[in-house]
Amino acid sequence: MIRVVLPPNLRTLAGVGREVQVEVAEPVTQRGVLDALETAYPALLGTIRDRSSQRRRPLLRFFACEEDLSDEEPDTPLPEPVVAGKEPYLIVGAMSGG
Amino acid sequence: MSKVRLLVGTRKGAFVLTSDGKREHWEVNGPHFAGWEIYHLKGSPANPDRLYASQSSGWFGQVLQRSDDGGKTWEAMGNEFQYQGEAGTHKWYDGSPHPWAFARVWHLEPSLDDADEVYAGVEDAALFRSTDGGKAWQELPGLRTHPSGPSWAPGAGGLCLHTILLDRTNPDRIFTAISAAGAFRSDDKGETWKTINHGLHSEGIPDPNAEVGHCVHRLALHPSRPNVLFMQKHWDVMRTDDAGDSWHEISGNLPTDFGFTIDVHAHEPETVYVVPITSDSHHFVPDGKLRVYRSKTGGDEWEALTKGLPQKDCYVNVLRDAMAVDSLDSCGVYFGTSGGQVYASADAGDSWNAIVRDLPAVLSVEVQTLP
Repeated sequence: MIRVVLPPNLRTLAGVGREVQVEVAEPVTQRGVLDALETAYPALLGTIRDRSSQRRRPLLRFFACEEDLSDEEPDTPLPEPVVAGKEPYLIVGAMSGG
Repeated sequence: MSKVRLLVGTRKGAFVLTSDGKREHWEVNGPHFAGWEIYHLKGSPANPDRLYASQSSGWFGQVLQRSDDGGKTWEAMGNEFQYQGEAGTHKWYDGSPHPWAFARVWHLEPSLDDADEVYAGVEDAALFRSTDGGKAWQELPGLRTHPSGPSWAPGAGGLCLHTILLDRTNPDRIFTAISAAGAFRSDDKGETWKTINHGLHSEGIPDPNAEVGHCVHRLALHPSRPNVLFMQKHWDVMRTDDAGDSWHEISGNLPTDFGFTIDVHAHEPETVYVVPITSDSHHFVPDGKLRVYRSKTGGDEWEALTKGLPQKDCYVNVLRDAMAVDSLDSCGVYFGTSGGQVYASADAGDSWNAIVRDLPAVLSVEVQTLP
């Protein structure tokens, strides 16, 4: 299972806690994780990726294993600790807005 | 005894305020969707427990919420707002062509007789409709693709479709208003549109009498007389008696005719309310005094309503969707401010009380009169 940490406003929207777990077929990629997340929690559709372009919303970032994966290709495999469930995949709201 | 339910959208969530028909004691419920901007929420006239809410955020985009129990619980609905066909361009602030792009839903207008049908006015300006309770949204592209569309330019708040008025006497007729394009009317349920801006005069645009380009802030009508519309324009309070074919100014003795909101008494079609704001560079009430102005003559002659409102050191704004009237025998009038106060009058504006004082900045106020 892949561990995903959501920002507070999306936890409220999805009705979940800080971290959720989703099952993702290998190879585990960002696209696969986000697809699984949106399938499990349809309220999140469009809030992380634009619904038509599937591009990351500008003020969100994707981190894992102390790396910024935001600008990686969506089909690049995620780091092994994320795949193994040892490290979470973090969806982070950018610190902007004062 | 009748009940009243206020639906208040704020910068940081939605609040539902309820009272009995006396409107003296209020219960405040919320925040719903804490931390999110709630531009507007509104109940269905066909089923008052069916509410729709526009929830948005600069980080997370648009969410559309629906309640079927009067706001106790909510469910996220569809949030896919796709322009139909080639989106095209409108004018940007510098006059250059700018691609049409969806940003958020400004206003939700439920159908008068079908709880599953609801219209959404969005930024960049377009009109959408759902016929399945908000699950799926289809654009009515005739408005955005009006020949004048490429010349529409955003106001300070964006190119937003913020007003949708439905006509109880003619289900084919819809009025909309867009900042900063102007007012539009459809007589075929949104398929085709005509501009209805003749008589508007705006000094801030190259041709002050142009067909489009006017920053219309809000339209209001009385349901019994839908050919009479009242308008708060950027500057000027206006009136039409022929469904928008021609407008004339009714600012009369107002201390300033800049403002955002305007509404009509529930039982007196010639009684109109506005909240004058100092100017477009000073978005607060004049002279530190919060005054609602009421005309009982359909405009031109206005009286200041001040009883219960702060008359010193007050510098709040009242936005376009932040005033509403109930339909009890003694008409209730409500408005919310940028300072987070919601004021209520149970006597048509003669006296006011702050029913809540410290909400986040208020974006919208709607009221439901319940049996």
